[in-house]
Amino acid sequence: MSGALLEVEGLAKHFGGFAALNGVGFSVGAGERFGIIGPNGSGKSTLMNCVAGALNCDRGAIRFDGADITRHASHRRARLGIARSFQVPRPFASLSVLDNICVPLEYAAKHPGRSQSNLRAQALALLARVSLDNKAQAAAGSLTQVELRKLELARALAAQPRLLILDEAMAGLASAEVDEILDIVLEINAQGVAVIMIEHIMRAIMRFSQRVVCLDAGKIIAEGAPGEVVANAAVRRIYLGA
Amino acid sequence: MLELTITGLEAGYGAVRVLHGVSLSVSQGETVALLGTNGNGKSTLLKCIAGLVRPTRGTVLLRIDGASFDLAAMSTSDIVGHGVVMVPEGRRLFPKLTVEENLLLGAYRQAARAAIRENLALCHETFPVLRERARQAAGSLSGGQQQMLAIARAIMAAPKLLLVDEPSVGLSPLLVTQTIDVIAELKRRFGLTVLMAEQNFHEASRIADRGYIIVHGEIAFEGRNLQELRDSELVKLHYLGA
Repeated sequence: MSGALLEVEGLAKHFGGFAALNGVGFSVGAGERFGIIGPNGSGKSTLMNCVAGALNCDRGAIRFDGADITRHASHRRARLGIARSFQVPRPFASLSVLDNICVPLEYAAKHPGRSQSNLRAQALALLARVSLDNKAQAAAGSLTQVELRKLELARALAAQPRLLILDEAMAGLASAEVDEILDIVLEINAQGVAVIMIEHIMRAIMRFSQRVVCLDAGKIIAEGAPGEVVANAAVRRIYLGA
Repeated sequence: MLELTITGLEAGYGAVRVLHGVSLSVSQGETVALLGTNGNGKSTLLKCIAGLVRPTRGTVLLRIDGASFDLAAMSTSDIVGHGVVMVPEGRRLFPKLTVEENLLLGAYRQAARAAIRENLALCHETFPVLRERARQAAGSLSGGQQQMLAIARAIMAAPKLLLVDEPSVGLSPLLVTQTIDVIAELKRRFGLTVLMAEQNFHEASRIADRGYIIVHGEIAFEGRNLQELRDSELVKLHYLGA
């Protein structure tokens, strides 16, 4: 697809003799809400690790905004506008919530040497976007699960992404908490950030995604509107179990 | 016969008080659900029973085979020795040991060693992937496979009372259903008693006989059966999206 923000083509990744990804191709448009589902071990996280640069793929190509980033290191991809959250948030537990955001802000600084007060104001604004500004001075290690997820979102936003990858950002949350995070992510998306959401919470995937792919054994087995994908017989058999 | 009676339990971390006088009971063969959104004390309560967090007040009385023990004063290894075994949240496997080594470590307690062969066969029958990957490092498994291994490791301990902390987190819908089915099967085969913290009310209610809702470290509601739980305003608010 031309004009896509992210284009992935023929991606393959092996771990020893195990083919984690076996020719995966898809594209995500600017500002699109894109869902990825699939059984545990089907390659979802590996795929996102390859896109974000934590892993190098063995074969295939990744383009972001038209530029080939297949061999870019992850920090270069981050600077181009690809940010991600991790399944298990690991903040600097002894630092304050605010300082946890100042760190990536400083790192992402397009204008090094700007004032500390400016930095802190920006960090506070990011915390407000995820409704965590009331905890700015708390130690990150004292946060509850849902607050940790918000911090993880704010941390990713500090990189000023055009593409945000959420790797199970809502796992383990109660239904009402899922809705809270979902509202924040929808708000982020409304400001033009494309979002790839990996999630097993189908209610979230269905409510959020404009387009969904289902991976199985390192291949895309279904792609389309959420309703089409969950009606797919193979998806029902290997993933939904209904 | 087995009976767990918790009375007036208080616990916390440093200056943070998490449990404020929790009382509940679990009887032989029951499956009791522990509901409550994140940060309300579900995990802390389970850790108190397992001896991983020392309560500052209250008793955790285990009556088993005619004898009584206050678990609040016992070491974790002695508690496991009485057949009280926990499946911790976040898996807590030994990532560099193989899948099989992790399983064998689960059988450390004296009474479990005699039954290693049968219990291993049961684990393999329940989770075939653990046989296929027996020689692989546990840390190389996908998130869902690791969750299966964590449950299987607890089965290896030949538990009488199984404490399960959010087994569905990070699992595909199909695996959530299968995991809950496995717990039901363990109940049926061994008359296993289960206390389970879980956010997925729909799945938990498939096997739970009754349940408690914890809010801010106190039992806010006791549902003496499933219908009472379903009718609870707290469940409707946090889990049923009403």
